Amino acid sequence: MSLTRIGRRAVLTFGLPIVLLAIWWVASAGSTNPFWPSLQTILQAFPQTWTWDKVVQDVVPSLSRLGIGFALAVLLGIIGGTAIGLSPRLRALSEPVLEFFRAVPPPVLVPIIALFAGYTGSLGKIVTITLGCLWPILLNTVEGVRGLDPTLTDTARSYRLSAWRRFAFVILPGASPRIFTGARQALSIGVILMVISELFGANRGLGAAIVQFQRSFAIPQMWTGIILLGLIGVTLSAIFKAVENRTLAWYVGQRQMERGE
Amino acid sequence: MTSTSFAAPPRAVAAAAPRRRRNPRRYDALLGVIGVLGVLALSETLSRTGIVNPAFLPPVTEMYSTLFSLLGEHSFWVSLGETLRGWAVGLAVAMIIGIVAGVIIGSLPWLKAATHSTIEFLRPIPSVALIPLVVLLYGTKPQSALILVVYASVWQILVQVLYGVADVDPVARDTARSFHFGRLRIFRSVLWPTSLPYILTGFRLAAAVALILEITAELVIGVPGLGRDIGIAQSSGAVAETYALVIVVGLVGVAVNLLSRFAERRLLWWHPSVRSES
Repeated sequence: MSLTRIGRRAVLTFGLPIVLLAIWWVASAGSTNPFWPSLQTILQAFPQTWTWDKVVQDVVPSLSRLGIGFALAVLLGIIGGTAIGLSPRLRALSEPVLEFFRAVPPPVLVPIIALFAGYTGSLGKIVTITLGCLWPILLNTVEGVRGLDPTLTDTARSYRLSAWRRFAFVILPGASPRIFTGARQALSIGVILMVISELFGANRGLGAAIVQFQRSFAIPQMWTGIILLGLIGVTLSAIFKAVENRTLAWYVGQRQMERGE
Repeated sequence: MTSTSFAAPPRAVAAAAPRRRRNPRRYDALLGVIGVLGVLALSETLSRTGIVNPAFLPPVTEMYSTLFSLLGEHSFWVSLGETLRGWAVGLAVAMIIGIVAGVIIGSLPWLKAATHSTIEFLRPIPSVALIPLVVLLYGTKPQSALILVVYASVWQILVQVLYGVADVDPVARDTARSFHFGRLRIFRSVLWPTSLPYILTGFRLAAAVALILEITAELVIGVPGLGRDIGIAQSSGAVAETYALVIVVGLVGVAVNLLSRFAERRLLWWHPSVRSES
């Protein structure tokens, strides 16, 4: 790649974000509106607010709850989705029930789970995240398993591959593009649930901390929290994309070949 | 109503199954109904026998009788209306912004290249991060919910519209150009039909996301609507009412899904993906 092309790409990638940040910086400079502090104030408040202790105390527990809840949902979703996807009868039996559970907006799980376990510990929050993330993964796995190439599954069967090998080498890879689609939807739902599950009851955590700043009118600190949450969202989605690109490299290549690119 | 009266039909149907296999769609629908009844019966049994504490999970029959008494209350219909209005207004605003911005950005290659990184950065920012800000600005007014709903759903539509515009057949576009079609005519006869399927996919995704954020705003911030009612019912210990309202919200979600699928069928009747299904 020649230098001018690299330069061109850099301008295209970073140009607009820099312009927008500059506009924010200039427009908010010397702001006296308490709700819209200057960008300078916010950036100065950032390292003071999110010290190592604060990160360990509030950010780490939130992210680990998200991680555990999401991982459980992936596991349960793939197991349940494969079972339902392989059996037409089971699928017909469960379809309306699953459609209903998927349609329930996940945030209403919070008050329901609060009935059972209260909402002070981590358990209720993890259950909320798992249940919210489960349906998109489960339903997409069902579709992925249904859409498997019958030649592949029949071949696997006529070679008498064991059930476990069929699952690990034929079903799982074949359904993985759809599983990733579901997991991507689930991840954004998971982040929403991670935040709002901390807004109920007395809590620690990232979401709780941001709302605490807002209630005590620590506005620059509140803004740092919003920015941090944004950065977490962007980072998680970048990690997800990297994992997806690695895992599905064969699929992307195959599709490009089919399209004759 | 006991659980045995629910459990009886499956056996009878299973025996009759082979004869009905000639009409698989009806057979599947029947199995679906059995599945729903089975889940209702299971949860009724769990609650009645005390395996799950009825203070947490009331019998389904009780949930539904509460639901029916809610249907007679004026305040319930007001809340339902507020939720639906907030959802519809937010979705409509997001559709307009998403389609207009998507068509403009998508038709100008330099603009698309320049905005790509910004869109990819703003899109994954969770809408709930804005909750403290909108609370300060608007409190429990519907505007709070509107901002969250619009921010969350606009990306779903924008990204789909960008895919749609990129999918335009270059031969068709060049043909239209060499016939000296005006911009508006190119938009109407080339761009729009190509991107419509993508726009409707965006609409389907955005409709579901918009409902999630509308309910979140009601539940967390206290914007009037069904979400707020759920929060109130739960904190005042009206357990059956909490479940009844959750069931209503779930049914609203099902209706939203059906509506967007119906819209896809209706507007894309000419499209191969819909035609091949029927």
